[in-house]
Amino acid sequence: MAWSSFTPFSAAAGGALIGLAATILWLGLGRIAGISGVIGGLVGAARGDVSWRLAFLVGLLAVGVGAALLAPDTVASSSLRGPAIMLVAGVVVGFGARLGNGCTAGHGVCGLSRGSLRSLVATLTFMATGIATASLVRAVFGGAL
Amino acid sequence: MSTTSTEPTEPAVTRAATLVALVAGLVFGFGLVLSGMTQQTKVLGFLDVVSGAWDPSLAFVMVGAIGVHGLLRRVIAARPRWSRRPLFASTYQQPARANVDKRLVVGAAIFGVGWGLAGVCPGPALVSSVALAPSLALFAVGLAVGFVVYRATLGRSP
Repeated sequence: MAWSSFTPFSAAAGGALIGLAATILWLGLGRIAGISGVIGGLVGAARGDVSWRLAFLVGLLAVGVGAALLAPDTVASSSLRGPAIMLVAGVVVGFGARLGNGCTAGHGVCGLSRGSLRSLVATLTFMATGIATASLVRAVFGGAL
Repeated sequence: MSTTSTEPTEPAVTRAATLVALVAGLVFGFGLVLSGMTQQTKVLGFLDVVSGAWDPSLAFVMVGAIGVHGLLRRVIAARPRWSRRPLFASTYQQPARANVDKRLVVGAAIFGVGWGLAGVCPGPALVSSVALAPSLALFAVGLAVGFVVYRATLGRSP
């Protein structure tokens, strides 16, 4: 285990904020704070259903700008993967998240929080394929891809 | 964009609701950055369990998130007077499906492959996409393409 990079407290605190944000969206708008659901739902959204999705996206992007200016180490400024891999992975993630009706946020946080069996199955599934892929890529390509 | 969406017609979303969504996005994004989910090395270090340098930190993101949201959702679900309906919308929009089906499992499996390949999931990728990281921006472009491709293909059938 890599004890030097083990950061359980900031991870849990960040998680708590994510849980708080999901609660704000649920209590305020009755919506589930899944990124792929909220943002992916922009594609083909009905007219009155767009502005809150855009507002949520603007919030995320604003944090990215703030983090890049104030704490650049916290957001990736260079990538461990080449641009082609990242582009393809993005398509795969976007398509898979919509087909599976959720991603790490929608299933892994919101769904598990309400005890959904579907979300438990989805979370275990993407954890398994994520672990397999990341481990395999490092074993075969030594981390550089 | 079609205006003949099958989704139920929402009443005009108020300015307050939009503001609440903005706040939720800000808090969510800040949580992602603080948690380490926006760092590719941390995500890959978490997923790569056999490297000998496994970093289990990100498991604590789930602990924190589910701890807070699970508890607060329970309070809301008990429907005290102030939470009978959402503060700025007419209904809570609970996912309708309850059964585990092929779409769910296949979709989650595909999602995991992309996640393990890139070391970022949608939220962190969007946050990082504006941080002068061309590859992350490319991932975000791919994400949008994936959303559109799904909508144009399998997303049409029920």
